[in-house]
Amino acid sequence: MKHLRSSTLAAAVALTLSGLFAPAQADTLVVGTTQVPRHFNGAIQSGIATFMASAQIFASPLRYDANWTPQPYLAKSWEVADDGLSVTLHLVEGATFHDGVPITSEDVKFSIMTIKANHPFQTMLAPVEDVETPDPLTAVIKLSKPHPALLLAMSPALMPIIPEHIYGEGDIQQNPANLAPVGSGPFKFVEYKQGEYYKLAKNEHFFLDGLPKMDEVIVQIIGDSANLVLATERGDIDMVPFLSGVRDVQRLEKAENVEVSDAGYDAVGALNWIAFNTKKAPFDNPAVRQAIGYATNKDFILQRLLGGVAKDSTGPITGTSPLATEDVEKYAFDLDKAKALLDEAGLTPDADGIRLRATIDYIPGMAEIGRNVVEYMRTQLKQVGIELEVRTAPDFPTWAQRISNYDFDMTEDSVYNWGDPVIGVDRTYISSNIRKGVIWSNTQQYSNAKVDELLAAAAIETDQTKRAALYKEFQQIVVADAPILYINEVPFYTAYKKGLTHLPDTIWGAVSPWDEVEWSK
Amino acid sequence: MPRLVKKLASAIGLLLAVVVLNFLLIQLAPGDPVSVIVGEMGGASEDLIAQMRAEYGLDKPVWLQLLIYIGKICTGDFGFSYYFKQPVLDLILQRLPATILLVITALITAVILGTLMGIFSARKPKGVLSHFVTIFSLVGYAAPVFWTGLMLLIVFASIFPIFPVSGMMNVRGNATWYGAVFDVLHHLVLPAVTLASIYVATYSRLSRASMLDVLGSDYIRTARAKGLSERRVVFGHALRNGLIPVVTMIGLQFGQLFAGAVLVETVFNWPGLGRLAYESILRRDYPTLLGILFFSAILVMVANILTDLAYGKIDPRIGGRRRKKARPAGARP
Repeated sequence: MKHLRSSTLAAAVALTLSGLFAPAQADTLVVGTTQVPRHFNGAIQSGIATFMASAQIFASPLRYDANWTPQPYLAKSWEVADDGLSVTLHLVEGATFHDGVPITSEDVKFSIMTIKANHPFQTMLAPVEDVETPDPLTAVIKLSKPHPALLLAMSPALMPIIPEHIYGEGDIQQNPANLAPVGSGPFKFVEYKQGEYYKLAKNEHFFLDGLPKMDEVIVQIIGDSANLVLATERGDIDMVPFLSGVRDVQRLEKAENVEVSDAGYDAVGALNWIAFNTKKAPFDNPAVRQAIGYATNKDFILQRLLGGVAKDSTGPITGTSPLATEDVEKYAFDLDKAKALLDEAGLTPDADGIRLRATIDYIPGMAEIGRNVVEYMRTQLKQVGIELEVRTAPDFPTWAQRISNYDFDMTEDSVYNWGDPVIGVDRTYISSNIRKGVIWSNTQQYSNAKVDELLAAAAIETDQTKRAALYKEFQQIVVADAPILYINEVPFYTAYKKGLTHLPDTIWGAVSPWDEVEWSK
Repeated sequence: MPRLVKKLASAIGLLLAVVVLNFLLIQLAPGDPVSVIVGEMGGASEDLIAQMRAEYGLDKPVWLQLLIYIGKICTGDFGFSYYFKQPVLDLILQRLPATILLVITALITAVILGTLMGIFSARKPKGVLSHFVTIFSLVGYAAPVFWTGLMLLIVFASIFPIFPVSGMMNVRGNATWYGAVFDVLHHLVLPAVTLASIYVATYSRLSRASMLDVLGSDYIRTARAKGLSERRVVFGHALRNGLIPVVTMIGLQFGQLFAGAVLVETVFNWPGLGRLAYESILRRDYPTLLGILFFSAILVMVANILTDLAYGKIDPRIGGRRRKKARPAGARP
């Protein structure tokens, strides 16, 4: 009791002192993340850490709402030519970079060509041949072939318009402005303490009237998600985007002053799956891969292991995409069917009841969708005579080296759609992308001529209905061939302090501008 | 002078050994920094991967990379962090104050608290306090430092939210300089107590044993016979001799304190060298990691030299013997 009294007294003293020394409250948003940006130039670097910052600092030609509909941003309007071989952008008048220099079509051209040459997502702008600039406010993107993915590629995360007068000199990879960026987005860069925090301030001359709402944004980096959750519970953090730990989500759902929402993130489309090395026997036989699909009780994984927090994943395209189809084989849990398929593949049980011994890897770091799922697979597959050895990697590079060099039988993996299949889906399945040593290429070594043909046709099909039909056939073939067993969509939630409104709930979630986020008055 | 030269030469040799050994050890870890960067990017083309490997010099043989690195260090160039694209020296200097603050605070706390506990328990070796010190020491020593940190976080940052969870300062800023000082101290309490916890145990056990020994010696009996107060006997006569093993231990344990700081900084998100070292291992950021290890080696060496000097102050006989050895025989008065 005495201890409690002294603790309470200490707390009172600490809180009073903290209150005394705290600065006056402006409209500040403190965002918590575990992601550490290398730098802030989204034109040459991908990944959530950079995208999140880049979408605040730089503006892009278009932005998206929550229904996959493009909205004007730096481009007040745009037209796609009838033959699909050019897209014309009309820029807003009077827009300037943070240093006051007006944005012109030359900057758009420079940005697009820089992204094409340097961005890790090489397929994103591959068909772009040139950008014509008939006047300072008009940019015409010329394409070698129709490229329907281009409109999604013009989103804030993927196409930051960077000023040529700052990034145009020398090697862009070494440009100091990558760490002290100058853009035209809702917030200006102020300071970055590597691995600790970065600060952004309101862009008073933002080209959208009345935005942004916040005076200041501070992104605090807390490496450990448990600490991040604790800090959010205490009210130290106002918003946590990309919250994906099941226990973290469940814990914050119970917190008094915190709301948790899964709105947004549809285009990010992160899928969690078990991939097979399809060039290694017996996984070169689709029947074996299908058998593992039937032997896996996904309902147990989704409801028990992942607590109902994650959605089911049934195919290569994220379920909320307009190009996804439900009409695929669902691999409903059926042990007898699994055993029959294994018999058919010639894998009969030995004296110990074992048909097959294999290894399974997982990405270290996300235990709930990684280690827990493969541990479940290990015990579950024993029921059909498959003995799995779980191989733990101490860190990401170790895992990546194994998988990219095909030194695996099965592995858990999480891969992102990034909006359009051309950007994030094709790479896993097209046979020309089997590239040893490159992680998140076609490391399954899956090769199917029909799939290659369908993806090539869908990539240039401008009619949305016909395109969806091509992707539907692709999804049906890939799910039936089962180079990958789809488990769940990686749950992305935003946790935020009560009173915070207009959260980033578009298809890009928190990798879109936070210009409308505000405290309710 | 020859002694100083000898010490300097051995220090340089040691630093070189630290660099070579660490460089080779890092090479044994699977994967390279490019695979980490590509991972964070969500994939990259073969061309970009090759371009990055060439940029970082990873396409050269290991022995050549090592020679280039040693050559650079000799000119004071610690290279660029692969991950942050920043000079390693800048990153280290940015983080060094936080680690020094944490380690020194923990050390002072551990030494003062541990020594006092040792002294008081030595005065009544069979008393309740003595037993408490023994149990406390065993528990403190046995508990892994990250576990202690997590427990303190749960109790003092979650159940009773008295202290902050993470970092060194409130990112929202402080209105005044004294507000900032209080803020740092407020953030420092839990990490420093955690790091000190293991060493309190060591110092209390050590000073208890040492004081028991000293308090039983003849000159203490004489001091008591002369009618000196107990306080003067303990603090004026016994403590000086009783402290010698404690000082030895401080020098020996300075390196371990740094190792402990890696865990504590990671648990509390303290922006010091320890956390940077841990993250650099995961990122295979060789230049940063090697730079940190190099600086840690220098700090440990400095600590050992300071310990050496402290001996002389506490026990003039130690310094005196050395002086006698260094002095030419004919110069003796």
